[in-house]
Amino acid sequence: MLKIEEIWKTFNPGTVNEKTALSGLTLELKEGDFVTVIGGNGAGKSTMLNAVAGVWKVDEGKIFIDGVNVTGLAEHKRAAYLGRVFQDPMTGTAANMQIQENLALALRRGKLRGLRIGITREEREEYQEKLKILELGLEDRMTSKVGLLSGGQRQALTLLMATLKKPKLLLLDEHTAALDPKTAAKVLEATDRIVGKDNLTTLMITHNMKDAIIHGNRLIMMHGGRIIYDVSGDEKKKLKVADLLAKFEQASGGEFANDRMMLT
Amino acid sequence: MEIVKLFNALPGACAQGFIWGIMAIGVYITYKVLDLADLTVDGTMATGGAVCILMMLNGHSVFVALLVAFLAGMLAGLVTGILHTAMGIPAILAGILTQLGLYSINLRIMEGKANQAISVDKYNLLISLRWVKGVPFYKNAIFTAVLFIMVIIAILYWFFGTELGCSIRATGSNPHMSRAQGINTNLCKIIGLMLSNGIVALSSGLCAQYQGFSDVNAGRGAIVIGLAAVIIGQVVFGKIRGNFAFKLLAVSFGAVIYYMVLQVVLWLGLESNDLKLFSAIIVAVFLAIPYLKGKYFAKPVKKGGASRA
Repeated sequence: MLKIEEIWKTFNPGTVNEKTALSGLTLELKEGDFVTVIGGNGAGKSTMLNAVAGVWKVDEGKIFIDGVNVTGLAEHKRAAYLGRVFQDPMTGTAANMQIQENLALALRRGKLRGLRIGITREEREEYQEKLKILELGLEDRMTSKVGLLSGGQRQALTLLMATLKKPKLLLLDEHTAALDPKTAAKVLEATDRIVGKDNLTTLMITHNMKDAIIHGNRLIMMHGGRIIYDVSGDEKKKLKVADLLAKFEQASGGEFANDRMMLT
Repeated sequence: MEIVKLFNALPGACAQGFIWGIMAIGVYITYKVLDLADLTVDGTMATGGAVCILMMLNGHSVFVALLVAFLAGMLAGLVTGILHTAMGIPAILAGILTQLGLYSINLRIMEGKANQAISVDKYNLLISLRWVKGVPFYKNAIFTAVLFIMVIIAILYWFFGTELGCSIRATGSNPHMSRAQGINTNLCKIIGLMLSNGIVALSSGLCAQYQGFSDVNAGRGAIVIGLAAVIIGQVVFGKIRGNFAFKLLAVSFGAVIYYMVLQVVLWLGLESNDLKLFSAIIVAVFLAIPYLKGKYFAKPVKKGGASRA
């Protein structure tokens, strides 16, 4: 479903801030794969997701989604294939638009937007049903401005928007990191439900190793802009946090497991 | 300081306010909907009038003249839009560049003259300052201006409810999210800028007819008046919850209030040469108030207040 071939990305080349964020990253996802991604700060996790989403162009390498070469495609065009949820709850929704308007925008992802009405009556009923899946009571607040919602509610809504029109690939960039533990657990639960229902191919970045082990059918660890550990199936199920920490330390020569990872 | 003098001047101020209200609606589209400060309007507010008057002087009907003025405004918006999106120039600077260029173009349109007069007696104008009092209501300048506002608001209300209109609103609200949802934010910005400047040019065309001449300096400080109208509309009518159409209406009434206040300060003895300074101060104060309020008069958050989770 997703094929990343040897992609390279260097930020601020030729300056003191030069940083090679992706160095020859290669990854292939099969249809229905739910892959969790872990790695330290600066390992290139978010950079990988942004490269797939087309936020900027990669320096070298190719990206295929469902067999289509999207390497040169602009961000808004690639969006037709993708569902995205971001770390910052503010990023994924339009704050001064209504809940139902946000959903209507998401439903038209990948379609030409013309002078037809922006949101139809039938749609509204559909949204009401879909919002019930989130179990947050949002179905009764369809015309509320999204800015009035809490971070957790906004993330859950973004998740629904990302999957409203079944994406070829769902990209979750630490989408629970900014939430309190209880809300984070709820959003993760909703994630599992939604991904499971439509059998979505998913890439989920997390800094929580326990979550990375529990969720999904495959786990990859990144370091220095490439994948250093790739495990799936039964082997992944048997993983312990201690095993991952050991891997981290092995990869980085000891300094890898930072505070944030130890605490979670 | 006879009060009668003031009362005599108010209907004219009202008509002018409504004409500038159309312009303010244009500013609202960029400043509030798209979240861009577009200074192109200082140029388009002269272009529309220049095009409209010259078209009429050359024998075209007033409706054709206004339509072409609208299109000329859209063209100016397109230039700013391309400078901003395709060339990566910051929106404010892109607007200033177009506006400066327009000064020369406006002079060209007006055949090298700084202003071009049109006689209300010889030409079939839609609106004139002569028709403020003592004419049948359908000819009254205020009526005509309000009619234009109503039609424009109706069209915009429809447009911003369409798929394209919604994506323009989304672009202004959150460009990052918009791109993630497959919206071409650059295209949306260009369309918004074109629409906004088209409306401003239309207002300019009406304004030139109202005054009886087009003027190359007609747009100087127009953005400030437009912003004043937007802000006054928001401050005065902000407490009332209303839909998008109501917000646009509030903006146009903001322009009317602005012109009424101007009339009052003129009556109080301010020289008309000082008006631009007065306008600048008013807008600066109104823009500063929300910031200062937040900084120095923020209410402390109560402990144990509403949970945000």
